[in-house]
Amino acid sequence: MEVKRHTIKLVVNNKPDVLARIAGVFSARGFNIESISANVTMDPNVTKIRIVTMGDTSTVTKIQNQLKKLVDVLSVSHVRESKQGQREMILMQVKLTDKNRNDVMKAIDELQCKIVTRKSDYCILEATGSEEELEILVQRFDSLGIEDLSRSGVVAL
Amino acid sequence: MKPKTVTSQGNGFFLKNLLKVLIDEEGGVSVKIKGAEILLRALSDEGVDTIFGYPGGVVLDIFDEIYKSKFKHILVRHEQGAAHAADGYARASGKVGVCLVTSGPGATNTVTGIATAYMDSIPIVVFTGQVATPLLGSDAFQEADITGITRPCTKHNFIVRKVEDLARTVKEALYIARSGRPGPVLVDIPKDVSQAMTEYHESGPPKAPAHDPIYVPDVTALNEALRMIKQAKKPVVMVGGGVILGKASQELREFIEKVQIPVTHTLMGIGAFPGTDPLSLGMPGMHGTYYANMALTQCDLLINIGARFDDRVTGKLDEFAKNAKIIHIDIDAASINKNVIVDLPIVSDCKSALQQLNKMLLQNHFTIPEKDRKAWTQQIDEWKEYAPLSYCAGEKIKPQCVIETIYKLTKGDAIIATEVGQNQMWAAQFYKFNHPNTFLSSGGLGTMGYGFPAAIGAQIAFPDKTVVDIAGDGSIQMNIQELATAVVYNIPVKICILNNGFLGMVRQWQEIFYERRYSHTNISQIPDFVKLAEAYGAVGLRATKPEEMEAILEKGLNTPGPVIMDIHVEPEEGVYPMVRPGSPISDMDLGR
Repeated sequence: MEVKRHTIKLVVNNKPDVLARIAGVFSARGFNIESISANVTMDPNVTKIRIVTMGDTSTVTKIQNQLKKLVDVLSVSHVRESKQGQREMILMQVKLTDKNRNDVMKAIDELQCKIVTRKSDYCILEATGSEEELEILVQRFDSLGIEDLSRSGVVAL
Repeated sequence: MKPKTVTSQGNGFFLKNLLKVLIDEEGGVSVKIKGAEILLRALSDEGVDTIFGYPGGVVLDIFDEIYKSKFKHILVRHEQGAAHAADGYARASGKVGVCLVTSGPGATNTVTGIATAYMDSIPIVVFTGQVATPLLGSDAFQEADITGITRPCTKHNFIVRKVEDLARTVKEALYIARSGRPGPVLVDIPKDVSQAMTEYHESGPPKAPAHDPIYVPDVTALNEALRMIKQAKKPVVMVGGGVILGKASQELREFIEKVQIPVTHTLMGIGAFPGTDPLSLGMPGMHGTYYANMALTQCDLLINIGARFDDRVTGKLDEFAKNAKIIHIDIDAASINKNVIVDLPIVSDCKSALQQLNKMLLQNHFTIPEKDRKAWTQQIDEWKEYAPLSYCAGEKIKPQCVIETIYKLTKGDAIIATEVGQNQMWAAQFYKFNHPNTFLSSGGLGTMGYGFPAAIGAQIAFPDKTVVDIAGDGSIQMNIQELATAVVYNIPVKICILNNGFLGMVRQWQEIFYERRYSHTNISQIPDFVKLAEAYGAVGLRATKPEEMEAILEKGLNTPGPVIMDIHVEPEEGVYPMVRPGSPISDMDLGR
């Protein structure tokens, strides 16, 4: 079975233990959650959660079926593989030295990153994009010196 | 203007508790009552009249209300017993079983009982006390995060943080427990919530919008099922616990009457179809009958009604019903295509699907394709003749013979609970169950110590029926303390211990797979169960020779009140047929 990346979107009741119940469905089957993002919707009683996981299609379907059984889960859907509407945000702290300064600025320009903070020896950059776009970004800056980074996890409609 | 608050000191005999009566401007009266009383009122409004429980610090207010009420509360001797008794009550009666325990150890002691009910989809609701809300998370005395602990083994659980939510939560808990694929629900009630005062209103219908189960099967799929049934030359029906839980036993019998297909039942499906019917193949799987396993292996159509293709049933998955088209009717969509990939999934409760199928059979003037099926019927008869369930008589009492004798003496009309292990398998093989809800056994979790408290629960539901716990000398010791419960309430459960001095099933595996190295399975026929029964105030009887066995069983079954029948059986008897774990179910050791 082909193991690939899947994005599952859940609409759930906004309750303290709902995330633990969802995480339990994954952990009970030995599945890792690659990324997760959650936010309250226009309706304050309802939360939307996006989870990215790795697995074969049949196992991911089984996980979706188990998620649907949770009483506080209102709906479960599999986000289509076309990446439209799936975005992620990244924050990166990149080292600045006399040697790399020009290359960093060139990369910022080319990859359309936003400079959040700029100090003499480092800068913090912000970017959004699909997962693949952000991978390319990370690779480019990695060679220039990433000191720290944080990603939001996928946000999808 | 603020409403006037009048505090009345109860109304003599009926209203002993403190009531706050609020009289508002319009002169309307609203009565505030304690959370503890609300709990009982809400349970009563849901038709609950029996609770199995054990008191403790944080549930004192609830027990105080029980003291004043008409609720039948059965005081057990260990909280695990309460959970199993509620489970046995539910399995026998088809109603939701309820138990009530205190926080911390009281709550954790129910976990095995909850997990047992979860694996077998049994509707129970467990109410646990909890430390007061301001103390939550502070490692307070007898605090345990019981909703966290039971999250993976409940269908759902709640912690009630406001007394205003209590009545609705009770209603939803019972609804979730019994609806769809049933299961255990836990409700955690902090002490300050059971002490707080509010008005009681009976709540409207429960809210679980995404979880209203599907009770309407897809007609197109059912039509396809009928077409497959007509074409099949070697069909088999396999029924599971879903038929019993879905109260579809009658519909199943009508269906089989019309289609004349042989029926095998899983351990949980025992009683769904009459064990004495010529079309019954008995149980399949690891200790199933030769003919059920052969029929499943060679069939060309398998209709699974309310069973979940457990590994003990399927054996090696690649070889299971490998030439068959498979139809799977199940209320739980997640159970379909979970272990076995099927050709025709039908998400429905068993009752609705079978009712609809029966209607369609009638409309289509279905006739049994006898000519096409003749060879199959003959083949099954040959298998039945080649390897019926059997055992050899010997100098010592044979456990299988004990079960057959109990069957004879109770005329097949008893409720039988079992423990887990050899006793369970022999009971499933040699007692012929003709009615649903009469076989109570921990199938999924395999909980030793389940049978006796479950038998107590069943006997509470049916005081006039004969209820027998078929036990082993190992299992019975896991909840033997409930003998006090049985004696105090005069619950006349009959315990039949198949006493072989071993943890028999584990010993059997050691015999077969570990060259008879009996590591820690010899339990030496200790204690003296007759003296033990007497110590509790029950009756104890013993049989050690084949010639005295029947008389002792007859005496025990006819003695009023709880009785232990300690039957010393052949120590190294094995359960056969046996399929080795991981082998195809057609590959059986017949033990001869």
